[in-house]
Amino acid sequence: MGFIDVLQSIIPPAMFFAAPLIFTALGGVFSERSGVVNIGLEGLMVMGAFVGIVFNLAFGETFGAATPWISILVAMVISSVFSIVHAVASVSFRADQVVSGVAINFLALGLGVFLTKQWYGKGQTDMVDYPFYTIDFPILADIPILGRLFFQNMYLTSYLAIALAFVGWYILYKTPFGLRLRSVGEHPMAADTNGINVYAMRYIAVMISGALGGLGGSVFALTIALNFSSSTIVGQGFMSLAAVIFGKWHPLGAMGAALFFGLAQSLSVISSGVPLLENVPQVYLLIAPYVLTILALAGFIGRAEAPKANGEPYIKGSR
Amino acid sequence: MYSNRFFNIIVPVVSVLLGLLAGAIIMLAFGYNPILGYQALWNGSFGDLYFFGETIRQVTPYILTGLSVAFAFRTGLFNIGAEGQVIVGWLAAVTVGLTIEAPMIIHLPLAVIAAAIAGAIWGFVPGLLKAKLGVHEVIITIMMNYIALFTTNAIVRNVLTDQKDSTEKVPESASFMSNWLMEATDYSRLHYGILVALFAAFIMWFLLEKTTAGYELRSVGYNRHASNYAGMNVDKNIILSMVIAGAFAGLAGAMEGLGTFGYISVQSGFTNIGFDGIAVALLGGNTALGVVLAALLFGVLKIGALNMPTVAGVPTELVEIVIALIIFFVASSYMIRWVLLRLKKEGK
Repeated sequence: MGFIDVLQSIIPPAMFFAAPLIFTALGGVFSERSGVVNIGLEGLMVMGAFVGIVFNLAFGETFGAATPWISILVAMVISSVFSIVHAVASVSFRADQVVSGVAINFLALGLGVFLTKQWYGKGQTDMVDYPFYTIDFPILADIPILGRLFFQNMYLTSYLAIALAFVGWYILYKTPFGLRLRSVGEHPMAADTNGINVYAMRYIAVMISGALGGLGGSVFALTIALNFSSSTIVGQGFMSLAAVIFGKWHPLGAMGAALFFGLAQSLSVISSGVPLLENVPQVYLLIAPYVLTILALAGFIGRAEAPKANGEPYIKGSR
Repeated sequence: MYSNRFFNIIVPVVSVLLGLLAGAIIMLAFGYNPILGYQALWNGSFGDLYFFGETIRQVTPYILTGLSVAFAFRTGLFNIGAEGQVIVGWLAAVTVGLTIEAPMIIHLPLAVIAAAIAGAIWGFVPGLLKAKLGVHEVIITIMMNYIALFTTNAIVRNVLTDQKDSTEKVPESASFMSNWLMEATDYSRLHYGILVALFAAFIMWFLLEKTTAGYELRSVGYNRHASNYAGMNVDKNIILSMVIAGAFAGLAGAMEGLGTFGYISVQSGFTNIGFDGIAVALLGGNTALGVVLAALLFGVLKIGALNMPTVAGVPTELVEIVIALIIFFVASSYMIRWVLLRLKKEGK
């Protein structure tokens, strides 16, 4: 197998494993930048996957080819509404944000499987008829070498993920809204003094993370899993959380980390066919994302600084 | 005004009631009879000897993971890693059970201790990183969970067996199972591990409330800086707390490996014993007695739920929703306090 062939068997799967992680990790960046820790990303993805699949099954006939796109939009909206639970608990009720996030994970899985059994009478849904399909990007696919690697057999959602990461970066770092959002996460009292509504900003940030988590979950469901059960989303949300931290709470960093995790996953799946890697036991590739995150946090790969007020409920008038 | 002690008891009770109430509303909304549903749940856990035995069997690891999370909480640490510690403890217990030959009086304690040590090591890493580098233990323990899951699966498949999905059963000399208990409970999987779990709860109470070391651990949990000023070694206490928490969770793994199952198999996902331990600890107010009671409640809910689909037609996942809501209400205790104080004022 030639070098390019090897790359061609690695890069497209890496991109499609990474896309859901990128969406969800971006959501994590928004939430944590505003000072709300979001362990519930996993649960938000579960909700997104559930809604995406159910909508696709229910309205596939009506919308035809547009179904997957409408499904992910609906999943975004519902997950965003669902994430308000986390916002209410951790912003208004001053709950421990980690605990509330854990509850979100339990709740999403419980609700998802409960409703699946309720509506389909069994533990998992049917396979969807209208998933996303891979495409060859017009024109660009004909570029020699690069076209083969990056524009053939790809999902449009992978490009959407990368584009959204840049949009996220622009919003967080180049707009007044982004500045406010970050200031609320660094020093809420100073932000409050400047007339920024801390609670409103945090609610918005959590809802953005809900929308993006739902997007990530539904994209995963409609590109990889194709149905919903209790084992559809197992750890992708936590992996996204790792990407947030490994990417140092920066949208582009999180994207890079998610791409890297996607690569590791893709390698673990296809390693047996790749020279050099065929002798590496799969387990090393499976644990690589987690080990690297620990190393990153321990400062071996540059210091990772969390937003200052991350995880602290803001209580008006307290110092 | 209400005392703090009063709130520590009333908040969990109110949370459980609210959670069950919400569950009843959900059942009503989907056209089930909530009374029939909860009756099925009750009968499914206490209805006959078999169900009772299974409930106690489920309570056993819950007590231990609950203690694990609660112990770390008392030192101001959040141990989400109980899950991974359970898995490595399970692996260590079964490994010792299968590879060593010895009379029961040596073999069983050895396997149990191996599980505790494995869990302790899995707790030591996040403890060390937290103490020395200030890295948040929540993230590290989550990552450690996945590392535990994947490496354990690889070891089961490649080291303990020859590409098989589960190991042989551990010999009787390293097993908590007892024919007597099984026969007494209509052949449930009840085993002697419950005694270990209750003893562990006693150890936690004694250690935290009656010893100097426990005083230091709690003190670090209340105020790190004051403890440091008072001459306590904060770093050492953080590491010690995570190590002990890990050992408790490792013991929970031994309960599964030497008691309930008697072997270890390749896991496609997490066991959830560790994650449920978080709920147990929160509801139990992070005290030893509270954890035992909360573990009992969750054991009843989980095992009783298995009876709900056949008798009342309600999917078992209803219980997961109830548990999630209970966690929410406990976490939002600020709200419950506020409402109670309001009611009290208006009553006057």
